[in-house]
Amino acid sequence: MILLFAFLTLCVAMCVYRIFRGPRAADRMVGIDILGIIIIIFCVFLSLSTGSEWYMSIAIAWSIIGFVSTITLAKFLEGRNLDD
Amino acid sequence: MIDIIFYILMSIGLCFVFLGCLGLLRMPDVYCRLQASTKCVTLGTGSILLATLVKTGFSAIGMKAIVCLVFLFLNSPTAAHALAKAADISGIKIWEKPGDEKIYPAKPRPTVDIDKE
Repeated sequence: MILLFAFLTLCVAMCVYRIFRGPRAADRMVGIDILGIIIIIFCVFLSLSTGSEWYMSIAIAWSIIGFVSTITLAKFLEGRNLDD
Repeated sequence: MIDIIFYILMSIGLCFVFLGCLGLLRMPDVYCRLQASTKCVTLGTGSILLATLVKTGFSAIGMKAIVCLVFLFLNSPTAAHALAKAADISGIKIWEKPGDEKIYPAKPRPTVDIDKE
């Protein structure tokens, strides 16, 4: 199980590198989107290893929050208002 | 048998997640990064959630895994589409391989009128 968490930490390091080094704002937004999905996988692994079910609730809530934040950032990058 | 299916699904999911993050790291363009990372990571996460469902059965964790799978498969392609459209509107050009400009000449791209959309 430690090996799985180390593997996911490697993926997180790739995403964080892209977030810091992205030449445009859109690259950073792609990195943030993928980082949210990897946090969902972290929650699934924690739920499998500890056996407590509320980590899956965190995963569901995080998927919804990540979707809303990505849509909001895309609207911001387009230059529109949020109620448009 | 359940353990074998669990390990196979988990291996497929981890391979796809790793390849998606590698594509996010190595691709040259915003559109290529979206293409490489979003689909691979979504499929990998879906496979890991299916492995969780197979492992735990229809308990609380398994049902929440189903709900999370449905949300993820609805939300992630929509977010990727919105990101690609935002990148196109904000004026990011498509990457071309250096030296291929004569083979594939750059076409004039249609400009998107934001107010008409």
